[in-house]
Amino acid sequence: MTDSVHAESGTAPGAAEAPSTEGTDLGVVFGPGSPAVSDESGTAPVQLLTPEGERREHPDYSFDLDDEVIKGFYRDLVLTRRIDAEATALQRHGELGIWAQLLGQEAAQIGSGRAMGPQDFVFPTYREHGVAWCRGVDPLHLLGLFRGVDQGGWDPNENNFALYTIVIGAQTLHATGYAMGMQRDGVVGSGDPDKDAAVVAYFGDGATSQGDVNEAFIWASVFNAPVVFFCQNNQWAISEPIERQSRIPLYQRAHGFGFPGVRVDGNDVLACYAVTQAALRRAREGSGPTFVEAYTYRMGAHTTTDDPTRYRLSEDLEHWKLKDPIARVKAYLVRGGLADDAFFAGIEQEAEAMGEHLREGCRALPDPSPLSIFDQVFVEQTPELAAQKEQFAAYLASFEGAH
Amino acid sequence: MTVMNYRKAIAEGIGRALRSDQRVVFLGEDVGAAGGAFKSTVGLYEEFGPDRVWDTPISEQAIVGAAMGAAMTGLRPIAEIMFTDFLGVCWDMVANQVAKARYMSGGQLEVPLVIRAHGGAGLGFGAQHSQTWENLLMSIPGIKVAAPSTPRDVIGLLAAAVADPDPVILLEHKALFDAKEDVPDEPFLEPLGSASIRRTGDDLTLVALSAMVPVAVQAAATLEAEHGISAEVIDLRSVTPTDTATLLQSVERTSRLMTVEENPRPCGWGAEIASIVAEEGFTFLDAPIQRVTSANVPVPFAANLEHATIPNADTVVKAVLSYS
Repeated sequence: MTDSVHAESGTAPGAAEAPSTEGTDLGVVFGPGSPAVSDESGTAPVQLLTPEGERREHPDYSFDLDDEVIKGFYRDLVLTRRIDAEATALQRHGELGIWAQLLGQEAAQIGSGRAMGPQDFVFPTYREHGVAWCRGVDPLHLLGLFRGVDQGGWDPNENNFALYTIVIGAQTLHATGYAMGMQRDGVVGSGDPDKDAAVVAYFGDGATSQGDVNEAFIWASVFNAPVVFFCQNNQWAISEPIERQSRIPLYQRAHGFGFPGVRVDGNDVLACYAVTQAALRRAREGSGPTFVEAYTYRMGAHTTTDDPTRYRLSEDLEHWKLKDPIARVKAYLVRGGLADDAFFAGIEQEAEAMGEHLREGCRALPDPSPLSIFDQVFVEQTPELAAQKEQFAAYLASFEGAH
Repeated sequence: MTVMNYRKAIAEGIGRALRSDQRVVFLGEDVGAAGGAFKSTVGLYEEFGPDRVWDTPISEQAIVGAAMGAAMTGLRPIAEIMFTDFLGVCWDMVANQVAKARYMSGGQLEVPLVIRAHGGAGLGFGAQHSQTWENLLMSIPGIKVAAPSTPRDVIGLLAAAVADPDPVILLEHKALFDAKEDVPDEPFLEPLGSASIRRTGDDLTLVALSAMVPVAVQAAATLEAEHGISAEVIDLRSVTPTDTATLLQSVERTSRLMTVEENPRPCGWGAEIASIVAEEGFTFLDAPIQRVTSANVPVPFAANLEHATIPNADTVVKAVLSYS
């Protein structure tokens, strides 16, 4: 009614005509409200190994290492899945407060993790257990954090693997600043392959909606910082689907920030390796950041406190099971006669030993000393903290001899 | 010695840090080629170049977040947040990341960085560009917080902050830019966690911070000259750590305590000071502790209203007279 009044009175010229031609109709560009991001409709991800275990060629990326390396990847994948399964079980038994599962994302993590050199530096989220494995961090340290007996027990500088970041996306800025420090250390673009280094910042699809992450893109771009932004698009930010984060495939965002973006099959360890390696090479030589979108799926829950059956369809899960990152490597190895039963049995045995190491090690992790709560707030304890510590010590002492 | 104003002392302090320690880098919005939004960093870009003085995009989270990452590589970044109020834009980085890095790594991670910000009212910048947030910052374990009131302290506290292995936040005050003072030409530092007695007295202790220090000093002079009241003025300088010893020693002599604070009353830093003295120095007191604070309102834009919300020498004098 209001419209017709306007049209008749002439107060809204053109209101009765076709929509204005000024500007671009985003509905035409992206489609009328249809989710632009989906496995099928987006640009095909880089794939070098199909779910059936067949090698594929790609014009821009190739995996040219021998099959022994692939067998090594297989071992990494199986052990990583075992670490994850064991930790999940430990949480169910009440031994861990919480656990963030990586089930389904093993290839993205092992592929990218194995592409790095020792001189590169990693800024993980809280789900990078496979990358931690690649960097040589004892998985027991991961359990210590989730058991709540330490704050993250590994030394970031020993393995060039920063502590898990819990606040979504914050690590991308630390990564960018670290990369800017590397530029000033002369370890970027020196031409020495053993010296030149880069930073890999991990994050998920949900984090791309955070301001921090977008600021990190801007900074890495304008300062040409050696950062590989490795996004595992597992399609779920707890219960929020990727359609709630983006109207375009995530990797395409990189172009707007001024650096290349590439989508890779996140369940293909060979492709993840090849794409990450190319991005790292680019960063190390001083050509700046790259956005890698590893297209994958969170097979498990967000964490052990989450129940995904409340918000997503089980048929999606069944669909993604067919794309399992480990099964395809096994299929490749078996089909090509590259590994025999003894090889697989050996890895199974190793996984069993890993399980035992984690179960026993986890239960044996010592509880921290109560008085340690006052340590490491500052390098030098302030008088106020020292007084609090003394007071607390006296309080604890009051229980001695009591029952 | 060189006479220098507070504004110039900021650039001087940063310049000394950049000159004496190659690990120091300085970053922020408009800090380089423009010489700072308040012209408080003039000459640094020319002397040290873009490799050590980083003109950044307008992203406060990234200024602090990247400074933290850079600190992890061994650099000693000095990050500028143009207005203290903008710490609100990067609160996660300040409160959750920088402050907790050491603790959450069991002491394995050091992020020795300095965050400087220009705060305070008195220049007509309005409610979102005039706040003092020592009170918010002092409630976060893991960061040291200081607020210089003189040119000498601007340089000395910055030198201490850069040398400190823990993250330090320095809150400079815009209303003090023109304050002048002799500063030593040779390197020096003013320790964090150490208060400074600006005027000695016997009848009353006034504790002040930042721009409230000259207000308290002026009030003390009036009280002495016109009312025969001898007020001691303590410049707290650091809120974390707090120099409790200097405070208690003073109150032990004067038996009266008044805080002079440029912040809304609830949970102002003076509430913590009052609490400390009430707990540890109660028997020294001859009268209840008093607090003079800003009005509990956003800082108004209009000059007369802004003036009315923050303490001045006259309101302090009147508060003392009604107290004594």
